[in-house]
This record gives sequence, structure tokens and C-alpha cells, in this order.
Amino acid sequence: MQIPRIGAAEAWRDAARGFLQQNIPPEALIWGGAETAPDLFGGGSVRGAARQVSVPRSFLALAGSVVWHTDPARFARLYAFLWRLRDTPHLMTDRGDPDLATLRRMEKNVHRCQHKMKAFVRFREIGDPKAARRSFAAWFEPTHHTVEPTAQFFARRFGDMDWRIYTPGISVLCEGGRLRFLKDCPRPDLPEDASEQLWVTYFQNIFNPARLKVKAMTSEMPKKYWKNMPEAAAIPELIAAAPARARAMAQAAPTLPPARVKQAQAQQARFASSWTQDSAALVAEVNSCTRCPLHCAATQAVHGAGPPDARLMVVGEQPGDLEDLQGLPFVGPAGQLFDAVAREVGLARDAVYVTNAVKHFKYRARGRRRIHQSPDRSEIAACAPWLEEEIRHVSPRLILALGATAAFALTGSAAPLAQRRGRVERRADGVAVLITYHPSYLLRVQDKDKEAAAQARAAFRGDLAQAWERVQPRQLAPRGSPTYTRPQRQPELRTPKL
Amino acid sequence: MVQYSTQQKLAILSDAAKYDASCASSGSTKRDSRAGKSLGSNEGSGICHAYAPDGRCISLLKILMTNFCIYDCTYCVNRVSSNVARARFSVDEVVKLTIDFYRRNYIEGLFLSSGVIRSPDATMSDMVQIARKLRKEENFRGYIHLKTIPDAAPELIAEAGLLADRLSINVELPTDAAVARHAPEKDPAQIRKAMADVRLRKQEARERSFTGKRPPRFAPAGQSTQMIVGADGSNDATILGQSTRLYSGYKLKRVYYSAFSPIPDSSAKLPLISPPLQREHRLYQADWLLRFYGFDLAEITSVTPDGNLDLEIDPKLAWALQHRGLFPLDVNRASREMLLRVPGFGTKTVGRILSTRRHRAVRYEDIARMGGSMKKARAFVTAGGWSPGALTDSADLRARFAPPPEQLSLL
Repeated sequence: MQIPRIGAAEAWRDAARGFLQQNIPPEALIWGGAETAPDLFGGGSVRGAARQVSVPRSFLALAGSVVWHTDPARFARLYAFLWRLRDTPHLMTDRGDPDLATLRRMEKNVHRCQHKMKAFVRFREIGDPKAARRSFAAWFEPTHHTVEPTAQFFARRFGDMDWRIYTPGISVLCEGGRLRFLKDCPRPDLPEDASEQLWVTYFQNIFNPARLKVKAMTSEMPKKYWKNMPEAAAIPELIAAAPARARAMAQAAPTLPPARVKQAQAQQARFASSWTQDSAALVAEVNSCTRCPLHCAATQAVHGAGPPDARLMVVGEQPGDLEDLQGLPFVGPAGQLFDAVAREVGLARDAVYVTNAVKHFKYRARGRRRIHQSPDRSEIAACAPWLEEEIRHVSPRLILALGATAAFALTGSAAPLAQRRGRVERRADGVAVLITYHPSYLLRVQDKDKEAAAQARAAFRGDLAQAWERVQPRQLAPRGSPTYTRPQRQPELRTPKL
Repeated sequence: MVQYSTQQKLAILSDAAKYDASCASSGSTKRDSRAGKSLGSNEGSGICHAYAPDGRCISLLKILMTNFCIYDCTYCVNRVSSNVARARFSVDEVVKLTIDFYRRNYIEGLFLSSGVIRSPDATMSDMVQIARKLRKEENFRGYIHLKTIPDAAPELIAEAGLLADRLSINVELPTDAAVARHAPEKDPAQIRKAMADVRLRKQEARERSFTGKRPPRFAPAGQSTQMIVGADGSNDATILGQSTRLYSGYKLKRVYYSAFSPIPDSSAKLPLISPPLQREHRLYQADWLLRFYGFDLAEITSVTPDGNLDLEIDPKLAWALQHRGLFPLDVNRASREMLLRVPGFGTKTVGRILSTRRHRAVRYEDIARMGGSMKKARAFVTAGGWSPGALTDSADLRARFAPPPEQLSLL
């Protein structure tokens, strides 16, 4: 069976399908490519379909590459393997099979050759640079028959120009987006191209003489390609001069800085970054806080947010992943849940000051994710001055502590949360603290236990309602209000702010 | 000031750009110019168009817009106090060079960095203008990598991300203290904020609006960064700790490790050494183990008492030699997670073992055909027809892999 040099992939596939349908075993066939003389069976046409054959898609992809290999036995090898594949379709996934291993190796050779062709073809301009469609041409010597399968790549890439790639075997011309393949074109005499000099200059200067690794270069850019690459001529000299250049750099005595340094630094000092937002003293201090090691790993300190005269202050644990990235508190999943429940109970979110007990995100990096870690006592203590400063500044009527960390930071007591939730405790400075769950707890139980989740949410909701109610300016409170009855021992509250 | 030709400028500004390790052009959106109205394509995988004798791939035209800089970072060739030749490209020169090189198939696109001139905003805005001109006027669909100036205004970064395939911001050194010492004008917290900003913008651009319309992709090939290795005293545990934080926090595509390399006209504060290339290589290996092989940071860095990687053998082998109790593994039974821990097995080999053993038992010679490096792996696995016997626990196992001790020179 004779396979043509142009269009070999389709020709082989059609022929192989025909033979397989007629049940012709590999031993009865002699495959001929361009390299072999026509054989006795040459040109034999394939007769009509005898039986339907189905072939794994992965084999078609494999064959589509292997047909371009220079090995004269490639067609026969493919057919022999296809023959085996009829009875054992899973053979394609058996990477230990010697026949498949050979085909895969050939496929890899072709892919590599295609890849090197995409990389190492060097065009020269052959037409008028001012023309509407510029024209370029290259001479290239591929190892395998890779021009045809690679031509589409160049067509996709150089859509707005005409180009030709001449090789000793098949050449390809692309004019107006249409591809033409030609056999055995002579090597053309391509005109000089001024850009080549610039390219060689670039190649010489991007090379770092202090890191000579010639083997790493030649394994990826084998010498067989060098003769058609303009930059390759510079390589021997670059290698030869490298050790001396590296030595010279090391031995050169440090020079005195040029005179413009002062001027440049003055200029640098004048620049105000558009990232620096707030210049409030507290914010600046927290930003540069290094009282515990958390600042090293976090993106930024996350400050409290809300009106400075808020009656209700909500304190969470610490910023999470999103808070850390955005620099804003309560924007992550837990913050969103807080907002949702707040809406349900009519709590005006923008009238509340929200902040965290710890201002930097503590986490453990695990693969592509950051796993939240609760801050320990030393970190909470290190951050306490900032929280105290915020409380002093805002002086809220009530602080809502979300979760154990906030409760500990605000009251100094690490007693279990379960018994304290829903109750008001009093700080040494007299400010009342209502303790509730952290919304992330609600998120955690959500998937585990439906009933517990509903209970926790109801409790949380009740606590938020209670907190909101407590900070409302005292008017004539309607007695026996259905939503909220005042607890027995109401803590002394300071004069309500208006 | 001297007037340089384009060629002279190119020499100066590519020489100044060589210390940026990244030259990747992969992982962006697929696009082409088949329609005939534009130039360029991107097909997912990157292409290295040439290799320099330093073994590094040349995929992009990697240049500085200018090497004038008002910063004074001791490790940098372009610091204000250095006396190297200075030059500046105009916007049009960079655009023309990029297009001319691209049409001749020299490059995949442009990697543009710059010294900071006038102000970070002014510099960034010139860089964005180059990218805009390439995309909008030249209809360039190739790859663009913009080095972001961390202090530049967020609007500029927003536009840069819509024009470029990749953005990068260098963290420069592994610790904040080292940055403060060697790059006094740079603010590590600001660098992290800028990276967080890029991550958030990228995330936002993925979310459909209520009409179901997708916003334009933001930096589709992601963001990357570079850390200089060997300029400060940080050990490998510190360096890798920093990279895991960067990967997890800002979803970086890559952290590049750049062995501190001698520069012309170096600073007196930072004596020159020959670049620790082997250390750089081991860091990349460890980086891969952390990202693709399920290793934990502590597992890799606890191998030596000083928190540095073993320079003589690769980090996976070093780990395996310390955990011989887990080996030999039966390749026909072991889990994917454990197979990934066998020295000499890569992710592809493991995938092939798993797919083959669904149908039949895997034999020793099969694994070699699947791409496993049996020289390393043989001591750690059993397979059909192979058992390492006492090899796994033999005292000289390490010596089989480590390079032979070198005779010290008398001179």
C-alpha cells in the first residue's frame, strides 16, 4: 500500500480502515511511504465496507502524529497495533506494552520535532515592509515530516501576513490565509533582514555570563538546528568570554554613586502612593504593628469599620482570607452570614461599628489554600491595646462579642462559651458585653447537624435582636413588648448618645 | 545625554532585564489570528524560541522600558547608585521591536519591566500605554507579561490586567526584614497588598453579571513573583515558607527563585559570590513537591537540622531516605498519594502505573517503559519480578546517589 507524501495522515487512516474492515492481517500487507519503492500490492484500491470497525479516539490521535515520523516502518507498526487493538481495546491504556511504548516514543519524537519547528523557524522579510500584507519566508530542516501537521499553527499565528516555509522535503506557502504544500522546492536565497542583527544583539545581552550552563542549552536547542538560526553564531564567543566576564564583575571595585542619587531620592520622597488611604494615627500605628509575628504572613492589618459614634460595637475573632485580601472586616462568608441575620432582625448594619479582636489573619498555608487558625492568648494579648483603643474611641453602649476569642479578649475570661451565650457581662471599665456565637460556628454546624444548626441560628438571631434592642435610645419602652423583655438586672448604662 | 541607536538601547535594556528569571508564555487564553485582521496566537503551552548559554529559555522579548531608577536596592544592577549605562525606550520603539521580532518568529511576545522613573504611577502608565498600543493599534494577540510597579495606582493595575496575559510583582527577598535592609524604598506590605488586589480582580472577573455576561478576563495567565536566593541569610525553610504563603494567599501561578548573581558595578554592601545555582535548582524541586506531590513544607525542610535542603540529593530522595520504614511500596497496590512519594516517579509515571494496573499487574520492566527513573526508584518499590531485598535499608544507599566526595585542590 503506497501512502502519498502530502496528506499521509488521511491516506493511511482510510487505507487502514479499509484493510481492517476486510479483515486483512498485518502480515499480508506491505506499507510503502515515500522512502520505499512501490511494492507488489502498491496502489491497490480498498474495496467497500465489509464490517464496521470502531477504534479508540486516543489511537486516532496517536496515529495522527506517528504517520509523520521518518521511521519507514511507521505505517506497518501502526497497522499491526491497530490489528491487536481490535480484540483488546483497553490496550491503549496499558503503558507497559512494548508496541505501544514504541508508538508513544515515536509520537513524542514527532511532537518534539513539531514543537522545535514552531520555536526555531526564523523568517526573513521578502516583500515590501509597507505593503498591506507583509511577506516572510524561512528555510528550515526538520527531523521528521512535520511541515504538514505544523502548518496550521503558523496559519493561526500569522493571520495578517503571507509566509512560506521551505524545507528539503515538503514546503508550505500561505497566501491570503490559504495553505499550499509543495514537494522538493530548491533552497531559496533569502534576502538579508535588518531585524536579524537586533535579534542577535538581544540574544547576546540577555545571556548572563555568571550562570554558564551549556548543557542545559544544548539539550533543549540541539546543535542540528543551529545552522538556520542567526543567533546561534554568537554562542561560541559568548561561552568563551563568560568566565572572564564573571570574574571581572566580581573583581571590580565598588564605584562611587553618581551625583543624581540625591535628586532621585528627593523625588522618591515626594511621591504619595494612591494606596495610602487613611492617615489617622491609630490606623497608621496598627498598620505598622509588629507586636506579634502574625504581621509577617498577613497581607495587611484589618481595621474596624463603622461610624465612630456607633452605639453598638461588634467584635469578631480575626480577619479571614477575604478580609485579609480586601483589608475590610466582615466581608467573608461569616461576615455575610452576620449581615443576613442582622437584616432579619432589623439591625441597621451601617450604624454598627465592626472590628476584630485580632487585626491580622492567622492561617496555615496548605497547598493552594489558607487554613484559618485561631489566635492564641499571646496574640490576643498583643492585639488588645488596639481593641481597647477602639472601644475608648467609639465608646459604645454595648459590645457584641462573637465567639470565644472575642469574649476572652473583651472580658478576660476564658470560661466555656456555652454557658455564657446570650448573657451580658460587664468589663472592668463598665462597658456591657453581650456574648454570642461566632457566625463561622453556624457555618460549621450547618452541614453536620440540621437540628443543631437551626437551634444555633435561632439563638444567634435572638442575641442580635437583643443587642440591637438594648442600644436603642431609651424612650417610653412599651411594657410587655412581644419581642423582648428586659432582663432582671439591667446593667448601668452611660448616657445614651443622640 | 548621549543619543543611543535602537540597537544600543536594546543592548543596555536587555542586559538590565536578564535578572528576571521568568520567561513563561504558557497558560493564557486560547486565541489566534486566523481571521486575517490581527497578528499572533496563544495556544496554552508556551514556546521557547531560543536558549542562551546560561540554559535559560528565551520565549519573550524581555526588556526594561528604562533602566533609570530612583530606588536604591543593593542587589539590583539598575539601582540609582550604580554607574551602569542608562537608556530609555520610547513607547513606539518597544512596540516596533515587539512586532518585528514576533513576525520573524523570534518570540512569543513581550515581557516588559522597568526602573521607576519620575513616580511609580508615571512609570506604570507608560508601560500600560505600550501594552495598549500593541493590543489596540497593532492588533497583537501574542503574549504580554507586565511587571507591575507595586506602588502604582490601582486603576493602572486594573487596566494592565485587561491588556496583559500575566502580571507580576516581585517580592524580591524572602523576609520583610531583608527587604527593609536591601530595598529600603520598597514596602513588603504594599507588595502583598498589590498581589491581593490582583487576586481579587482576577476573581471578580470570573463572576458572571446578572445578565449572564462574562466580564473580560483579568490577567488570564495569572500572576507570578520572584525571590532572590542567597543575597540575605534566609534558609530554605524560610524561603519555601514564604512561597507557600504566596501560593495560598494570592493564588500565584509561579514563584521564581533567582540565585543572586554577580552584577556589573555591584554595591559594596553586598559582596559578590558565584550564584548558588544548585540551591536554586533544589528550591524549584521542593516547590514542585509542595504543589504537585502532596508534600507538606515541614516534611521537606526537616530533613536537615539547619532548615536547608540537601544540595547533593534531591528533596524527595532525601525525604525517602529518612522514611525508609514506609518503603518498599508495592506498585500494584500502593495509593496514588504514596506512589507520588517514590523517588524517580513523576506525576506522569504514576498516572501510567494507575491506568495500567487496572488491567494487569505492573512488572519492573513496565515501569521503565512508563518513564520511571529506575536507578532511583528500584530501592523503594516492589513490582512484578522485582524486590529490592535488603537494598532499601542498606547503609550505603545514600552514597549511591550523592556525587562522590571531591578531592580538595592543593592550590
